[in-house]
Amino acid sequence: MRAVRLSVATAAATAAALTAVTGCAEKSDAKGGDGAVQVVAKDDSCEVSKKEFPAGHVKLAVENRGTKVTEVYILYPDDRIVTERENIGPGTKATITAEVKAGAYEIACKPGMKGDGIRQKVTVTGGAAAAERSPEMDAAVAAYRQYVQAQADQTLPKVKVFTDAVRAGDIEAAKKAYADSRIGWERTEPVAESFGDIDPKVDVREDGLEEGQDPAKDWTGWHRLEKALWQDKKIGDAEKKLADTLDKDLADWVKRVGKADITPTSMANGAKELLDEVATGKVTGEEERYSHTDLVDFKANVEGAQKSFELLKPVASKNDPKLVAELDKQFAALNTLLDKYRTDKTGYVFTSYDKVGKEQRKELSDGVNALAEPLSKLAAAVVK
Amino acid sequence: MSEANDTNDTNETTATTANSAITPNSAASATTATSRRTVLGWGGAGLALGAAAAGGAVALARTGDTTAPVADSGSAVPFHGPHQAGIATAVQDRLHFAAFDVKTKDRAELVQLLKDWTRAAERMTAGHEVGEGAYGGLPEAPPDDTGEALGLKPSRLTLTIGFGPSLFDGRFGLKDRRPGALVELPKFPGDNLDPARSGGDLCVQACADDPQVAVHAIRNLARIGFGKVAVRWSQLGFGKTSSTTPEAQTPRNMMGFKDGTRNIAGTDTAALDKHVWAAGKDGSAWMAGGSYLVARRIRMNIETWDRTSLQEQEDIFGRDKREGAPVGKAKEHDEPFLKAMKPEAHVRLAHPDSNNGATILRRGYSFTDGTDGLGRLDAGLFFLAYQRDVRTGFIPVQTSLARADVLNEYIQHVGSAVFAVPPGVRDTDDWWGRALFA
Repeated sequence: MRAVRLSVATAAATAAALTAVTGCAEKSDAKGGDGAVQVVAKDDSCEVSKKEFPAGHVKLAVENRGTKVTEVYILYPDDRIVTERENIGPGTKATITAEVKAGAYEIACKPGMKGDGIRQKVTVTGGAAAAERSPEMDAAVAAYRQYVQAQADQTLPKVKVFTDAVRAGDIEAAKKAYADSRIGWERTEPVAESFGDIDPKVDVREDGLEEGQDPAKDWTGWHRLEKALWQDKKIGDAEKKLADTLDKDLADWVKRVGKADITPTSMANGAKELLDEVATGKVTGEEERYSHTDLVDFKANVEGAQKSFELLKPVASKNDPKLVAELDKQFAALNTLLDKYRTDKTGYVFTSYDKVGKEQRKELSDGVNALAEPLSKLAAAVVK
Repeated sequence: MSEANDTNDTNETTATTANSAITPNSAASATTATSRRTVLGWGGAGLALGAAAAGGAVALARTGDTTAPVADSGSAVPFHGPHQAGIATAVQDRLHFAAFDVKTKDRAELVQLLKDWTRAAERMTAGHEVGEGAYGGLPEAPPDDTGEALGLKPSRLTLTIGFGPSLFDGRFGLKDRRPGALVELPKFPGDNLDPARSGGDLCVQACADDPQVAVHAIRNLARIGFGKVAVRWSQLGFGKTSSTTPEAQTPRNMMGFKDGTRNIAGTDTAALDKHVWAAGKDGSAWMAGGSYLVARRIRMNIETWDRTSLQEQEDIFGRDKREGAPVGKAKEHDEPFLKAMKPEAHVRLAHPDSNNGATILRRGYSFTDGTDGLGRLDAGLFFLAYQRDVRTGFIPVQTSLARADVLNEYIQHVGSAVFAVPPGVRDTDDWWGRALFA
């Protein structure tokens, strides 16, 4: 489902911020002292030699030509401090350095070290410096990228079993292949959703259509076929065409998934989002309202989340071993709970969700909350 | 069930606050009237990912706990004391009550949760955010506090915890610590109890003058508890239906009648000691200073009540509708003459004189949970009563009411729970239930 696309984008943006933070070490010598911004501070003025300079390692060469002790700041537009230097005596010089991202800032001199100071608006241009890479994080991202690609690659033939059955008009065979064809997708859903355009084509539910869209024309993907198989109980030409479309759209996904923007934080938050998917769509039985195969998606979501967690574990263990222990425990507990609903621990045949009672659903919901709450702290443990 | 204490006290005092029974005894409780906007400006120094700051070389702006207090004095109720706040405390306007099931089987984990809850309750009742606050932390992580109470006053928030009989079932080694006074209620005639609105291993009663503050408190405790406890049911309440401040205007219930006339006053320490606070000699030393809570969701048949004649309504209650005066009397607080009432009038049956002196402290709330699908208002009284012993408090009163009260035609009990409410948290080293788990 579509709800989580934004937060993946947010995670990517955050990762960019992270890049800026860690990028300082490499860039620090690149410009030497040549690029320094001269700041001449007097009792009633604050002259800045350049109003515009490139992002990265910024050096301010301050000279206090006034009669009062002063201090000089680089400030964000909301007055948070990027960097500052106090106690610059009259007639003395000082150097201030900071790693600054592109954006609007103010430089302030405060003669007498009081008040808001004398402000100059400056603009920092261009991109940030390259990231200083963590080999552990790189390894986690690389392994996850492989996982995502493998899931996508393995999904296509399973989908073909499903779509072939639809094209053959074989309702029973199509029903049998349906849930299985979705497992790889459900395991890696946040990545697929990060593309934005694929998800609505393949995984939207009827109620996800917009006002004015016609289910008969505009609704494509798995759930449209699910409804045809379980509720309408017939396969017509339209459904056969939809099977072709599903193949095509998922082939597009497989081609593009390798280029997805994946970062350690997007992995961590993606894991949490998979649990959110379970909490909002699967526990209620909304996702698979015709086939009632919700528990298969549920299991796949948990597996995908657990994969991210396992890959991030080496980093997270260092920063927050207590959280990692809690997550180990809660993943195990939820998997144990899910196992109650499947006959064969290696297969994906689960109890039909319409046979899962109110109290059992509450138990599953409690289990999801127990895991998802600590999982929401994984990103922090990764970047700490 | 609303008039059980009609004449329980002969020496009503006129003190102005009900909180004097609760003695603040820690430094933390002195910082009461503080704004909620008092956490870090934008996160700790080591966590400044959003800033273009490298290697710790950069100074960070912190606003600290320096924001001027916006709350009026007295708008935070001290959390620490010999008794839990929220019992004798002057009744606040709003309620969010939640019952929890304990999911963990690990006693140490339950103890840790109670400690974590206590620390969070200390902060929230003082008007502070939970943990590191609602903003300013790592951008990648959800904030500790959910944030909807930011900028609101402490609103006299009280948080009161209780332990249900099921907590003493042996899972946590508490079997022989169950107080004799914590009995399961008998089945009363007319009860139509929904298990999904009944029972619970733990409960937290959040009372505040602002509903958002009460909801925020329960929501954040539930969040801290995920994995250890799960919300079993909860109830929102508005329009307090009884008062522990006799000098204040007596509130009316959803039937339009004044309710809670001459409830035990929060300042009446003699009556509280006699009828509300458990003593060590009652049998459970760990409950000394605690109390026992009965919670009942009482649905009212609002539409049929509204079609009942005024005379019949007044006969049913045994009071007049305008003033709240007992039958034959002029003023609400006049001593009722029970024999002047119909034999099955509500006030007469609920009166301590009709129940061997059984006396309880009520602090119930009205509720309205929308409509019920048949277009009927899903409304009534969320009845909360505190007493020293359920066997000599609620049970005898409800037994006589359930048997004969003419009000029963218009009400139905649909949810029920009992809890042992432990004594107060003494200071910042103490925690909810310490004596029980000692």
